Parts: sequence; structure tokens; C-alpha cells
Amino acid sequence: MAAKTKSKPTAEYADAPINASLTDEDKIELLRKMVRIRRFEQTSLKHYQGDKIGGFLHLYIGQESVAVGSISLLGDHDHVITAYRDHGHALAVGMGMNECMAELFGKATGCSKGKGGSMHYFAPDKNYWGGHGIVGGQTPLGAGLAFGVKYKGLKGSCLCYLGDGAINQGAFHESLNLASLWDLPVIYIIENNGYSMGTSQARSSAYPEGGLAQRAEGYNMAWDKIEGVSIYEIRAGVQKALERAHEESRPTLIEIMTYRHKGHSVADANAEKYRTKEEIQKYMQEHDPIDFWKRTLIDEGVITEDDYKKMNKEAGDEANAAAEFAEKSPFPDESAIFDDIYWEVDNNTEAGRTGRHFFHK
Amino acid sequence: MPREITYREALREGLDEELAHDENVIIIGEEVAEYNGAYKVTEGLWKKWGDKRLIDAPISEAGFIGMGIGASMLGIRPVMELMFYSFAYVAFDQMMNNAATCRYMSGGLTHCPIVVRGPANGGTNVGATHSHTPENIFANMPGLKVVSPSDAYDVKGLIKSAIRDNDPVYFMESTVLYGMTGEVPSNDELEDGELIIPLGKAKVKREGSDISLIAHGRAVVTSLLAAEILAEKYDINAEVLDLRSIRPLDEAAIMETVRKTHRAIYIEENKPFCGVGAQISSMIMEQAFDDLDAPVLRITSADAPAFYSPPIEKLQLPTAEEIVERALTIC
Repeated sequence: MAAKTKSKPTAEYADAPINASLTDEDKIELLRKMVRIRRFEQTSLKHYQGDKIGGFLHLYIGQESVAVGSISLLGDHDHVITAYRDHGHALAVGMGMNECMAELFGKATGCSKGKGGSMHYFAPDKNYWGGHGIVGGQTPLGAGLAFGVKYKGLKGSCLCYLGDGAINQGAFHESLNLASLWDLPVIYIIENNGYSMGTSQARSSAYPEGGLAQRAEGYNMAWDKIEGVSIYEIRAGVQKALERAHEESRPTLIEIMTYRHKGHSVADANAEKYRTKEEIQKYMQEHDPIDFWKRTLIDEGVITEDDYKKMNKEAGDEANAAAEFAEKSPFPDESAIFDDIYWEVDNNTEAGRTGRHFFHK
Repeated sequence: MPREITYREALREGLDEELAHDENVIIIGEEVAEYNGAYKVTEGLWKKWGDKRLIDAPISEAGFIGMGIGASMLGIRPVMELMFYSFAYVAFDQMMNNAATCRYMSGGLTHCPIVVRGPANGGTNVGATHSHTPENIFANMPGLKVVSPSDAYDVKGLIKSAIRDNDPVYFMESTVLYGMTGEVPSNDELEDGELIIPLGKAKVKREGSDISLIAHGRAVVTSLLAAEILAEKYDINAEVLDLRSIRPLDEAAIMETVRKTHRAIYIEENKPFCGVGAQISSMIMEQAFDDLDAPVLRITSADAPAFYSPPIEKLQLPTAEEIVERALTIC
């Protein structure tokens, strides 16, 4: 069983105060961000298939509205952490295509100097704390970032994203308990694309009628379920949680219904076996967040079809340029192997110079 | 008359001083605050520092240690107590994947100044699940630091360095050592006004010339006893070197003592397979082969899970008698 969404997404949340205050430029920017993510992902897929990229590649295509909509609400003291499907969040917080693409190519100019790869993007200067490979492993860290914000007396939060497959990890449940027990301003966002790899939600999770997020009731935590096609709806829903975090220092568990057009990763050979082609087609045609937002902005008279085409082309050009940048960039020097392991060693402190830290050879 | 306090009190003093030294230092763990610590290490600290700095955690090691790691990325310096280091296995993913590798995978953009401390020892009849000694396991992971203090003086100086260190430090104590007393000068007796011992500096705990007994943690105490017996009964003058920190490792001190005595035994309460002694003996073999007059020996806990029955468990751990017996085979 796939994730259920409404048959026709609507722009009914356009009047929510947080959306009513959006200027035309803001709305266009939201579209541009989603389009840039999609073009980035399509370009990375091309180069993965061209053997320029190693390891895994978990594409965000189809889910763009979730990262772009929720991250568009954040301020200076709001932090972001996510799992391994992390390219969309990275571009949404403002990381550049060049550093992100170069990381996929394993180049020294990558955001993690080629040490992290697709699943491990970081940008602490943009309050972006990864990019984590182990399913659910980032959820205690999300609580910790919220703890840090609160400890410092700042009005902020942490948005911690996870997939619907991660909700059955023990560390996640421990995190929910801690978040509620200690009044941490963390917002857990389950990006429910219906499948934990090849296992559908129905075959992997036991949950109440209200959905996955209703599990929060067991931890005395607020929860919400949001249809993820419309940026308006995502912003309206996440804003409520953000206010709860900022004003009451209370956590929220949110389930956002979405759909990934591609497989779990590019290596997912069964992407069209555990889901029917018809199901995938239906989501691509009727529930595509970019298509929906584009039509909304055309209906509102904010853009024209030509504007969109231009934007699409620009994003494609940017992604191609990023791939060229990545291609031309040097691979890391072998000497980099022993950098970035110990802070004290990297900074050549007395502690870093005392005793032997590495034991090869 | 120098001041004598217990290992537990010395550790507490170190924690207390660091709470005063940096407002970002916090202590989180099961029973650390209102209960005053399962082993009374943190006794009185909650009363002194309050709810913000001393936090009782629910029994969720993966959750609260992972939370501490996340907070440390923002500049908080959490000192997390594991009631037993055996419980680290519940938090293994957080301690191995997140604390140890985030810095690397971010290309150096993050770091985790966290301390995870608690007793890591057998010998107290609590069965296999509560008697693990994982210093070799964690020291195997680049990005982590592992410290194992053997006496009151060291535990105070080392915990202070561990807390000030900007990398994750896993600090392994012993419930058997908590009540042992040792000389620890008060701060007004110290030139620098405080006791700081750098990580990565071993210490000769007994000078000798005939054989080197190299050890960490409580095995140092056992080695010192063995050295006394060797001197009294066999006229063998053993040197005892305490590593204090396993990673970073004071390789120079190890080679120095081996070059002096030409014989070495590594003693630890860890298990033998890929134990700390396996690493050390390999290094001695590679770097000081020509200085050796005998093979490097290793004495470890028995290669079996901890036995509950008190008289039998005693036989599983290294004893002074065993050290003497093995030393006589190479002296």
C-alpha cells in the first residue's frame, strides 16, 4: 500500500498568515529552489550512470516541497539535520551546487572535501548538521541540537528529518521521550514516501488511525499530519510547530506525505516491482510538488509558463556547470587521509602533539 | 603530610572544577543528579550546581548520549556518565558512528567535545553483561580517545584534560578503584593552581631495571603488587609503566622502558583477542626487537565471559601471583 494523498491538491492554505505574507518574489524563489534541486538530482543521476559518482545515490526527486517549504520558515537559531537523502535539504539551506556536486564526484572541492559523499553533506555555517547514513541515527543528534539552542538561552529550534522507515528505530523513540521530557524545541519531520526501501508502510509499521505521527501521543507530544504536495500546506503546518518550539520550547512530531519518483537509491533494482508503474505514474502526474507549485503561481498570475521554462533552463545550466566544476576539480591529496579526524591534531595544539594518535604502518 | 583522598573524590573534584571552569560543561547520566550518582562519583554536585548543569537521564543510553553528541556540535561540553561502561553497547551507533566520524565526514567542519565516562571493569560478581572492558574496541576507532586512569592523582588530572579536549574522549574507570586512596595535592599546593595531566603521557609508577610491567587501569595496581613480590622474593627489580591514556598513546615511554629493561609484559583486565596488549607488543616487536632479551608476554582476563561465582571470577582476572609467575619465565 502506498502513502495515501488527496486526489487533487489545492491551494487552500494560501491564506494562512505565514503564506499571506509571501511576496511574489518569495514564491518564485520557492519554485526556483525546488526546480534547482530537481535539476541537480537529475544531473547527478546522469553522472552516476556515467560512473563519475561512487557508492549510493538517494535521490530527492518528488519530495522537493518538504525540504524547501519547511526550511523556508527558519531563522538564525533554527537548525537542520537529516538522514542520507540529504541533497534537497542542503540546497534548501543555501549550499551551492558546485560544492555538493563535487562531493558526489569525490573531489577535494566537495562540501566535505570528498570524505563524506552523497549521504554526508554538512554546512554548519548554514546551521546544517548533516547528512547521516544510519537510519534513525541522526534523531538523538536532532534532540541535542535543540538542547544546545535551549541551553544557550536562544529562541530557536532544530528540524530533524527522517524517513518513514526510521520511525521503527529504538534511538528515535528514545529521542521522542527525551524531547518531550526535557521540553526540547525539536521538530521531527517524517518524510513519508510510503516505502522503507522496498517495504511498504503497511508491511513495516504498526500505527494508529491518525498515522505515523500519532505515535507522539504516547510521549505526550503534539503531532500533525500534512499533505506534502503544496508548499502552502507544508509552511502552514510546520509554522505551527515552529511557534510551539520558539514560544513554548515544546517538540512536535510531523508526518508529511510525499512520494519519491525514483527508487530508494539508484542501486534499487526493484523500484518498479514493489510499486506498480501505474502508482508511480499517478504520483508523478497528479502529485508532483513542482508541477503543483508552478500551476499555482501561474493561476495566481505570479509567473508565466515562459518564466518557468526559463527558470528550468537556468537550473539545468547551473547543474551542468556544477558537474563541469566537479569534473575539473582535483581529487583529494592522499595526505588528506589523516586530516579531519582529531580537532586537536588538525589545530596542532599541545594536546594534538602529545602521544601517538594514528597507528597505521 | 600530603593530602590523601579516594579515586572517587578526586574524580568528583575534577568534575566540580570543570563545572566551575566552563559554563558549557554539563553532566548527564542515569542517577547522576538527585540520587547523587549510582557510585557516588557526582555526590553533592547537583546540590551545588542545580538542574541546569546536572541532569538525570532516563534509561536511554543511545538517546541521551546521542543527544549529548548533538549538543556538543553546538559547543556544549557534555560529560555523560554510563552507570557501567557495558551499557555503551546500547549506545554503540552513537558512540562509534556519530561521535567518531562526523568530523571526518564533514571534512573537518564539525567536532564533538564530549566525554563519556563510567566504570569499565569486571571482578565485582555482576555477571558478563555488566563486566565489559571495551577500551580496545573504542581505541580501535580513529577519531576517538580512550583514557583509563589507575589512581586518584591521575583520575583528577586526566578528567580535567578530557573535558577540555575538543575531541570525543571515552574515559574508563573502575568500581574497584573508586574507594582506593592516593595522594592528590590540593590546588593551593600546586604551582599552576590546578592539576592537569595531558592525554598521551604515560607515567613510570615504579622505577626498575630488570623487567617492564606495562599496564593500564586497575592492572597497574596489580602490577605494582607483583613488582613488590618480585623484589622481595626474587630480587628482580621491575619497572611499572602506566599508560594512563591508550589513545593517544605514549609510544616513546613504552620504548624507553623496554630499552632499559629488555623484557616486557603487558598486563590488562581486557580480553586477549586484539586487546590493548596485542597492539603494544606488536609495536615493541617492530621498534625494539633488538633490545629484547625475551619475547613480550601478555597477561589478560581469561578469554571467557565474566563468571558470576565470586571465587571463580577472581581467577579470571590478572593477579599479582600470575604476573610474578610469568615474569619468572623470562627473567
